[in-house]
Amino acid sequence: MRAFTYERADSVAAATRAIAETPGAKFIAGGTNLLDLMKLDVETPTHLVDVNRLPLAAIEETTEGGLKIGALVRNSDLAADPGVRKNYPVLSRALLSGASGQLRNKATTAGNLLQRTRCYYFYDTGKPCNKREPGSGCSAIGGFNRIHAVVGASDDCIATHPSDMAVAMQALDAKVETAMPDGSLRTIALSDFYRLPGKTPDIETVLKPGQIITAVTLPPPPAGVQIYRKVRDRASFAFALVSVAAIVETTGGKIRSARLAFGGIAPKPWRPVDAERALAGNAPSDAAFARAGEAVIAGGRGHGHNDFKLPLVKRTLTAALAAATRSA
Amino acid sequence: MIDMSNPIGSTPLDRPGGLLGQALDRIDGPLKVTGRATYAYEYRGEGEVGAPPAYGFVVVASIGKGRIIAIDSAAAEKSPGVLLVMTHANASKQGDRSSGAVPQLADDRVLFHGQPVALVVAESFEEARAAAYLVKPSYAPEPGAHDLAAAQEKASVPASRGGNAPDSSKGDIDGAIAAAPIKIDVTYTTPPQSHAMMEPHATIARWDGDHLTLYTANQMLPRGIEAVAGTLRMPKDRIRLVSRYIGGGFGAKLQVQADAILAAMAARMLNRPVKLALTRQQVFAVTTHRSDTIQRLRLAAERDGTLQAVAHESWSDNAPGQTGFEGAAMATRNIYATPALLTAHRLATLDLPVSAAMRAPGEAVGLLALECAMDELAALLGMDPIALRVKNEPTTDPQNGKPFATRALVPCMQKGAELFGWNKRNPRPASVRDGEWLVGIGMSAAIRGNPMLAAKASASLGHDGVLTVRTSMTDIGTGSYTILGQIAADLLGLPIDRVRVELGDTSFPAAPGSGGSFGANSAGSAVYDACMNLREALLRKAGLQADGAVFADGAALVGNQRVPLDSLAGDGVSADGAATPGDSRQAFVQQSYGAHFAEVGVNSVTGEIRLRRMLGVFAVGRVLNAKTARSQAIGGMTFGVGAALMEAIAVDKRDGWFVNNNLAEYHVAANADIPEMNAVFIPETDDRSSAMKSKGIGELGTCGAGAALANAVFNATGIRIRDYPLTLDKVLKAWEQTDAGQRTSLSPGRLPG
Repeated sequence: MRAFTYERADSVAAATRAIAETPGAKFIAGGTNLLDLMKLDVETPTHLVDVNRLPLAAIEETTEGGLKIGALVRNSDLAADPGVRKNYPVLSRALLSGASGQLRNKATTAGNLLQRTRCYYFYDTGKPCNKREPGSGCSAIGGFNRIHAVVGASDDCIATHPSDMAVAMQALDAKVETAMPDGSLRTIALSDFYRLPGKTPDIETVLKPGQIITAVTLPPPPAGVQIYRKVRDRASFAFALVSVAAIVETTGGKIRSARLAFGGIAPKPWRPVDAERALAGNAPSDAAFARAGEAVIAGGRGHGHNDFKLPLVKRTLTAALAAATRSA
Repeated sequence: MIDMSNPIGSTPLDRPGGLLGQALDRIDGPLKVTGRATYAYEYRGEGEVGAPPAYGFVVVASIGKGRIIAIDSAAAEKSPGVLLVMTHANASKQGDRSSGAVPQLADDRVLFHGQPVALVVAESFEEARAAAYLVKPSYAPEPGAHDLAAAQEKASVPASRGGNAPDSSKGDIDGAIAAAPIKIDVTYTTPPQSHAMMEPHATIARWDGDHLTLYTANQMLPRGIEAVAGTLRMPKDRIRLVSRYIGGGFGAKLQVQADAILAAMAARMLNRPVKLALTRQQVFAVTTHRSDTIQRLRLAAERDGTLQAVAHESWSDNAPGQTGFEGAAMATRNIYATPALLTAHRLATLDLPVSAAMRAPGEAVGLLALECAMDELAALLGMDPIALRVKNEPTTDPQNGKPFATRALVPCMQKGAELFGWNKRNPRPASVRDGEWLVGIGMSAAIRGNPMLAAKASASLGHDGVLTVRTSMTDIGTGSYTILGQIAADLLGLPIDRVRVELGDTSFPAAPGSGGSFGANSAGSAVYDACMNLREALLRKAGLQADGAVFADGAALVGNQRVPLDSLAGDGVSADGAATPGDSRQAFVQQSYGAHFAEVGVNSVTGEIRLRRMLGVFAVGRVLNAKTARSQAIGGMTFGVGAALMEAIAVDKRDGWFVNNNLAEYHVAANADIPEMNAVFIPETDDRSSAMKSKGIGELGTCGAGAALANAVFNATGIRIRDYPLTLDKVLKAWEQTDAGQRTSLSPGRLPG
């Protein structure tokens, strides 16, 4: 950890201004990821702007009947919110499957979206990593890559996004509300929020310098069955090898709509639109589920240690869809 | 002096109603949960540390093998608060590694990824760490060997260790295998593992003239002094090691590590105390780990299950210059009767961090292979796995023919079968399910050596009536404080709150420490002797005969005379004690035994394996404390669950880097992985084992535990995975290979038959 300066922002405007005016500045909220990375010299901010006192910790219903989740709502509070549990159970379950109780108490909604990858090579400054040091190379390709991506990756980076929460939000068609340093507000669909690595894996989101997340909004509660299933190496406190959020509406013995998102397999929460299309209008069946699974991993590839994720995606999806359509 | 060459006979500890054996709370528990127990990094203040300490931070090599060309420390030296940057260029000359020394920053060679190459010392921890990131070594990397399988052919016969030759042979192995109707020839592999104890290695070094005090986290202090003396080339009597509380060891703190040596050297250079802790990431490579193994098992039997041949060959690896090997086949010499028995160990030299002992070295991984091979043989024979083991129960040691001191393996298996409901196990694999989960039950035998080493202790009764027991024995979280207190309290007839136990300081009488399951046997027998000598001294002082005296309720009872101890103590009475194993381990086979039973679920969709319930039954001589013994046992079993299902250091084969060097990615079992676990002890006393008639218990719980899970996985699925840990990718691979068509499409409620 390098020496840094620190200030506590008392308004969104002051926070964004502080970041925009100070090169090397970063926001800090829960700090559950940033502080670890600073201790490891992976993140070296010169200035921290503490946003914990901004008035962004509320969960409110929107006029459209959806939900507005303040950027500073702690993961524990969001998971336990009665409205979330009742109307968006996929989100509550995703949150509770992540991290540990202590971390969820500290971690915030915006911080969860912006957490960095758990790629081993990203965490050690002695290793080449294009995400940490653009142009240095990707050590995970040809290295140990059990936890790495099978879809959406590039020749420069195969890291995954580790969030569970964001996977559920992706399936829920969440939007990210932000404020710019000039005071203007911008709303970004979560599906547009993350960038694939391509040749610039160091740039992970579409956020501009100083742009701050103020809230995540969810549309009105979706019809259908909501499922979050996480596959992992131990029963708790483990990142997903594969996770799936599924919101499936059936009617008249057919799937009316299926909204799917995957964690653990891609550089961002992975929304397989082709798979969703392949399911819509079809009766639930192993064959239909299998076609959807194939669509999810179409064009994907393993890198050795993570090859198992390809069949695992299909199996997990099939089971999730079967559970979601059991009453159809 | 207690000499265990002869049985201890009747002792005051046999008297019923004592504290020994009771489930007493840890006497150090309140100190620990209120933060008043000082761990190595936590000593402060004039009295203990002297001047305010400076803080060290280690810089480690980022190549797997090669040479340091230069270390640019200019920026670090100019960084705020920095007092010293130590590299091989300015580190003091140290003893040679071959003499048991552990030299640090000795030269420009990089032997493994993660080897310390510099130390930064500064006024604060934060300043030291920030400056450490500014130290820029440049290297000339060399290609290294980082893969055991690739080096297997080049492995050689290692030197004997601890009196155990690497190879053993009895009977005609090849002939017996050729002639037997039923046989298996299987190869198991186990990965490198990390101790992953909670407290990282840490030291505060303080010099007073030419005397060195190290507050450090070390399991075996007298041996630690030897290593420090050899490394720093100074007399042993000028070194004091203090390890009053240790946050877990599991073998990781058997050796003196870089933290102690670097802190001592820096403190001498700066003429100021220096404190130094390794980071979690550094612990993985700077210290030691358990080697991976490749184990070939050949078992041959008659159709009735009578073993005709057992051959167990094991390959492990260690760093250049290191001779220690993983004794995976050692227990195979002691467990089953067979006319032909072969064991062999081979050691490959790899450019990896140093391999050394981790909880139950040898047995822990050896039984992962042997006890699954026995399960394979039982399946092939169509025989119950317990019946197969009972069939091959020996009457004397299978290798050397010596008598057993006590051996209760069969009673452990039988008791466990009864308590666990073994008769409910469906012997046909893949035939029980619970929703998505395929359910299976498995068992394994447990065996672990029961050593004892020479030890000393003192006991003194103060004028305040408080009994103080001292020995350099350590408590690494096991309960040493408590059991030694119970022994002393019973022998002097005092309540536990009148006993003070002081451990972990080489200014106390020497005990070997915590390791190899010898701690309680050794230090306990020495405390026993000290307390017996103290009884005699107290009675002598009062002019009373020791014969027939009973110490109870704070008094000595001699004949019909009752003498309160307070009145006997005067200004204080002290006695020393000592104990030696004598030839007890040569004349008799000393082992502790047990049996594990596990029920697992294997998710038919994802291949995830989860423990559902587990039972261990153990025979460990007299149980000294029912609570700490149970904790030791279920802790060991939990260790075994980790070994079976998740624990593995991932090695980047390109440069030998330990990739998952943190507790987020190096998985040990979490609470949710251990739903229901119990340990039961069979009543036993062994009067040839220790003065308390107890046996070591620290490692037995993990021996065979993982094999019980692996055998349960086979029972659940019909799949035999021989490559630990049993992660879901291996299950999926087996399914995809065996019956892809049937299992790739799975939905709950329509599971394969």
